[in-house]
Amino acid sequence: MLLFGVAVSLLTVCAALLGAFWTPYNPTAVSAAEKFCPPSLAHLLGTDNFGRDVFSRVLQGMGASLLIAACVVAIGCLLGTAIGCLCGYFGGPADFLLTRLCDVVTAFPSVLLALVVVSLAGRGTVQIVLALGVLFIPSFARLVRGEAARCRDASYIQSARLMGVSHSRILLAHILPNLKGVLVPAIVIGFNNAILSEASMSFLGLGVQPPFPSLGSMLSDSQTYLQRAPWYAFSAGAAIALLILGFSLLGEGLQRRRRA
Amino acid sequence: MKKQILALFLAVGVLAGLLGGCREATPQNTTASSTNAPSSQAPQKAEIAVGIAQDLDDSLDPYQMTAAGTREVMFNVFEGLIKPDSQGNFVPAVAASYAVSTDGRAYTFPLREGVTFHNGKECTFEDVLYSFQTCAAVTVNSSVAAALSNVADIREENGGVVITLTAPDPDFLSMAASVYIVPKDYDGQATAPVGTGPFRFVSRSIQENVILERFDGYYGAKPALERVTYRIFSDGNALFTALNSGALDLVAHLTADQVASLTNGYQILEGTMNLVQAMYLNHAKAPFDNELVRQALCYAVDVEAMLALTADGHGAKVGSSMYPAFGKYFDPALADRYPHDTEKAKALLAQAGYPDGFSFTLTVPSNYAPHVDTATVIVEQLKEVGVEAKLELVEWETWLSEVYAGRNFEATLVGFDASTLTASAMLARWVTGDGKNMIGYSNPDYDAAYAAARDPAHTEEEQTAYYRQCLEILSDTAANVYLQDLADFVAINPALTGYAFYPLYVMDMSTLSFQ
Repeated sequence: MLLFGVAVSLLTVCAALLGAFWTPYNPTAVSAAEKFCPPSLAHLLGTDNFGRDVFSRVLQGMGASLLIAACVVAIGCLLGTAIGCLCGYFGGPADFLLTRLCDVVTAFPSVLLALVVVSLAGRGTVQIVLALGVLFIPSFARLVRGEAARCRDASYIQSARLMGVSHSRILLAHILPNLKGVLVPAIVIGFNNAILSEASMSFLGLGVQPPFPSLGSMLSDSQTYLQRAPWYAFSAGAAIALLILGFSLLGEGLQRRRRA
Repeated sequence: MKKQILALFLAVGVLAGLLGGCREATPQNTTASSTNAPSSQAPQKAEIAVGIAQDLDDSLDPYQMTAAGTREVMFNVFEGLIKPDSQGNFVPAVAASYAVSTDGRAYTFPLREGVTFHNGKECTFEDVLYSFQTCAAVTVNSSVAAALSNVADIREENGGVVITLTAPDPDFLSMAASVYIVPKDYDGQATAPVGTGPFRFVSRSIQENVILERFDGYYGAKPALERVTYRIFSDGNALFTALNSGALDLVAHLTADQVASLTNGYQILEGTMNLVQAMYLNHAKAPFDNELVRQALCYAVDVEAMLALTADGHGAKVGSSMYPAFGKYFDPALADRYPHDTEKAKALLAQAGYPDGFSFTLTVPSNYAPHVDTATVIVEQLKEVGVEAKLELVEWETWLSEVYAGRNFEATLVGFDASTLTASAMLARWVTGDGKNMIGYSNPDYDAAYAAARDPAHTEEEQTAYYRQCLEILSDTAANVYLQDLADFVAINPALTGYAFYPLYVMDMSTLSFQ
């Protein structure tokens, strides 16, 4: 499963990288003559309602999805780990407060938060990355907090403390490396969720702004043309499914290997 | 796990097969089979079912109606002293004719003989007086209320009505047409409306239907249809399904996509939405203060290609702030004033000091899909002359406060329509300093021409000529990048003829008949 996950993920990442540098057609160029072309050798996945090449748009859309997901997970993971480490290691009232705060953020519906951000700061990629990033902090924080609290009482940490090692060094040199086991699968799974969240935000028109391609907004646009151009909806949907499939298999595989 | 993966791929494969199958099974045009064509149920009695997308207002009182959808139906029941025709002219209705005094202050409407209300009562001067007074007191239409507050006196003279105004108002006729004549001392208008129109109200069932029947006492040409049932579908998909099954004889306001998916041999009539879609440019912001730049953008945009992409070629080019249905003022020549010419656009940009183009933000309300689609295409077309337009989608409320009221924008792509059947409803907004002049257009020639058009000293022909001059100035100075009047599709039982598009949001049942 791990191998398969790696293979699918690699395939999607390579496709996205390719899309960043080269696409068969300009993904935003419109053409009346080539409206709703079914898939063919010239247009591997056909064209959409503006005559734009769906394959080129899928390539770039995958790139956008991956990039946004990476940023979201980076924000969530960095801040979440920092908060989790501090809370788990030091404990006390600050721990209680921050943990409750994380619960509050978790309780907040993601679409609602995204809408708040959009109405305050306007639509755009940066805004959606920030909104989703904040939403991803609690899951990391909770995970890391538990692990850090477990480590705190371990004998080697106690020894280090008795030797007079500073808190910051204990956190960075002793606790952080121990988190790797839980963090890596969590990052991969978080990555997965981030791709899905970005797609749903773009589906609702809150994410990547047209005419720049995004898998979510392509799926949303294609609804109207389900009968006339089924390849449009299918391509966007399949691309999302492929991204998710690869990374969820990867995450699942990593977690199983850790347990084994 | 491997089995699960296999199952997933199988599921995807089956789904793909299904979708592919759907496509083959669905014809791409509407010329198809007669198997479930509506003509098979052509009735012995001349009655039709019309599908409408929303219920009517709670009150059917002619002075309390707010929704355009209600006015669209009740247009068949109520009439004013005069009424608009499909060309945008006013024709006598309850009045036999009309005349305006030379000073533009006195309007004479001789009453037509033998006009009766649907309840059998004859229409007299008392009813007209009552209607104008009631309307002035209670109408929810603020521009009609404003126009009626200008009325100094209404009196009877030789069997006619003479209305005297405090100050001349060239748009008074269109306002008077909105004052529906109702019988005096009848208080059931909200639930059982009574007017003088070609159809009388029979019954209404909330969220279900509204039934009208031919009024046999109508003074004018009797409608061919005996009975019209409006069936209400508040869900657009349900309306479309009912139409596609052949259960309805007439549905208006369909989109090009819906029409393309229609499979049962309906006749498709194409009209327009009666609005002017344009890329409105903020003249207060550089480089849109430069006429050469604005003209360059007009040349850079290929409206026909845009129509082909967004609506399969449907829609009408406008070229100025007037839509084609307003035949009296619309000048088709202006629509082709700026043919697509990228070389010319580049030359003009260079002349204006932007040889390498420039970039700007194009703000579009996200809830109007046709405007977003148009903007998507326009952005691409502008790239060809080196102009980078950054598309910014905003909520409708944000658009209203930031763009329309706040004038905090560079360019926006929307449509403007006319609230009343008057040229000024389209043109007043471009006068220097007008409250609705959101682009900050300021042109002394335009102001002069508009003022002349509003001057009651001029005859109707002169007035029309001045309004046309206004439109020409807007076009010559490239006030905005004028695009189109969006296509509006009507699906109609092929056995029916006589459907007329109006320059207003109404559906006239009196002209329809079975072949």
